[in-house]
Amino acid sequence: MSRVEVRKTYKLYLGGDFPRSESGRSYEVLKPQGTFLANAVRASRKDVRDAVVAARKAQPNWASATAYNRGQVLYRIAEMMETRRPELASEVAAAEGKRGSDKQIDTAIDTFVWYAGLADKLSQIAGGLNPVAGPYFNLTVPEPTGVVGIVAPESPSLAGVVARIAPALCGGNATVVLASEAHPLPSIALAECLATADVPGGVVNILTGHKDELVPILASHGDVDAIDITGVEDSAIADTEIAAAGNIKRVIRAEGSPSPTEAIAFMEFKTVWHPKGT
Amino acid sequence: MAMTEALSMELVERIGGSVDKVGAEERAAALSKRSIKKDSKLWALDLAVRCIDLTTLEGQDTPGKVRQMASKAIRPDPGDPTIPSVAAVCVYPRLVSVAKEAVKGSSVKVASVATGFPSGQMAADLRVEEIRRAIADGADEIDNVISRGALLAGDEQAIFDEVVVAKEACGDVHLKVIIEAGELATYDRVRRASLIAMAAGADVIKTSTGKISPASTLPFCLVMAEAIRDFQHETGRKVGLKVAGGIRSSKDAIRYLVIVNETLGDDWLDPDMFRIGASSLLNDLLMQIHKQRTGIYADPDRYTQD
Repeated sequence: MSRVEVRKTYKLYLGGDFPRSESGRSYEVLKPQGTFLANAVRASRKDVRDAVVAARKAQPNWASATAYNRGQVLYRIAEMMETRRPELASEVAAAEGKRGSDKQIDTAIDTFVWYAGLADKLSQIAGGLNPVAGPYFNLTVPEPTGVVGIVAPESPSLAGVVARIAPALCGGNATVVLASEAHPLPSIALAECLATADVPGGVVNILTGHKDELVPILASHGDVDAIDITGVEDSAIADTEIAAAGNIKRVIRAEGSPSPTEAIAFMEFKTVWHPKGT
Repeated sequence: MAMTEALSMELVERIGGSVDKVGAEERAAALSKRSIKKDSKLWALDLAVRCIDLTTLEGQDTPGKVRQMASKAIRPDPGDPTIPSVAAVCVYPRLVSVAKEAVKGSSVKVASVATGFPSGQMAADLRVEEIRRAIADGADEIDNVISRGALLAGDEQAIFDEVVVAKEACGDVHLKVIIEAGELATYDRVRRASLIAMAAGADVIKTSTGKISPASTLPFCLVMAEAIRDFQHETGRKVGLKVAGGIRSSKDAIRYLVIVNETLGDDWLDPDMFRIGASSLLNDLLMQIHKQRTGIYADPDRYTQD
């Protein structure tokens, strides 16, 4: 007797849970050949709102965890991705084709390992003791910007989103991620790794859906402190930056491969003056 | 004391009735799903602002805190003159004179809790004295707690008498009677306490002090609104309703408005007949109004916390 197939419902990752959209909508995701692959959730503006609330709630605890502890959690994500490698690989292959999919998983996992190592070195690299003309210590300390909206690039479907989440998490930010619109499923597989990797609920929230609908909401949202526009289409960048200016959001774009600069882009700097005593 | 027909326990017996627990919870849940959108939502948000008793009832309250709150009550959003003032500020009796001075010249009223708030465990003569003092200091409204202990011990007449005395002490000053539904445990007792308070002359009945949990719930609100409706059918007198405690989101506030509208009608959709006791709710209402008008989700840091 043939067994009834158990198919997976791809959902959102929001506040540590996997809900469907409050709107109940979905959209079709296609294979590289253009045929039907699966249905993904089409998130609404209210899902964006809920994700920002969850991120705001989670951010202070994530930021106050020691840098060493954040590094451990990032490394744990890499471990969880390694154990789920076959699943990640099949999602990436289904989305973008078999060719290069293994290499992409390697890159994604290595990215988390790289930023895990950076976590407790970030403040030494970005901060420091500044020379000033006076009897003062002048210290600069990097602090997380807060809640960061990330518009993930369309491809590579997995390594692309990881390259943006990892540096943001490294310094203690919480994130609201709009996944690749054409290839959202690897992001949801990633969410399943995050959920089992000691990442506190709400620190990463992943929404799938139409970017032209969701990016303006995220970019204009008053309680989002920065937006990463790496995955925003060129034609929409100007409007996104104008919307982001409403509450003077930091606007960030990917520079390239893992580097301290990528993590520092998500940080703010606090400078402290302290008199030199005798 | 001479009791008129309107002021007697006999009236409570005549109205009587008991509450179907499952039915009340089911109806409250069903009404809470009603969708209020666009212009109706803006209207409801504006009404909710006008119905707020902006409250601070903490041991750490200072005259400065009360003055700050009063200025927020008068002009909730300094950057937006279209936002109306709230209905009242609600404070402890010692701070009434400060609050009265701070709201001078505005439409905002001063409400004072009294009678041994929040427990109500206070001797009868001191209860009345506290009301008199608060009124002498300028309170426009008195939030009076009942002796839940007496009620739970079965002495309904004691509750009735203390509300009669409180109303006498109040005179024309608005008397709100807090029945503290969360401590009464059953909906039957909530209904009973509501009827006693109304029969004894309460101008408004109020769900909770906000100091215990559960404070105000939708079913409590429904049960009390139905008691008000039945009381009006019997006597023709319209008694107000105040919900307080744990109402923090605009969504919740709108749910209460829906229940009040569906149970009592739109005469009650007015700050004279319906109040929401709250502190953090106001900021959420302001943020929702901003969102509704501009389509942009607001930044909580734009609004003062006190």
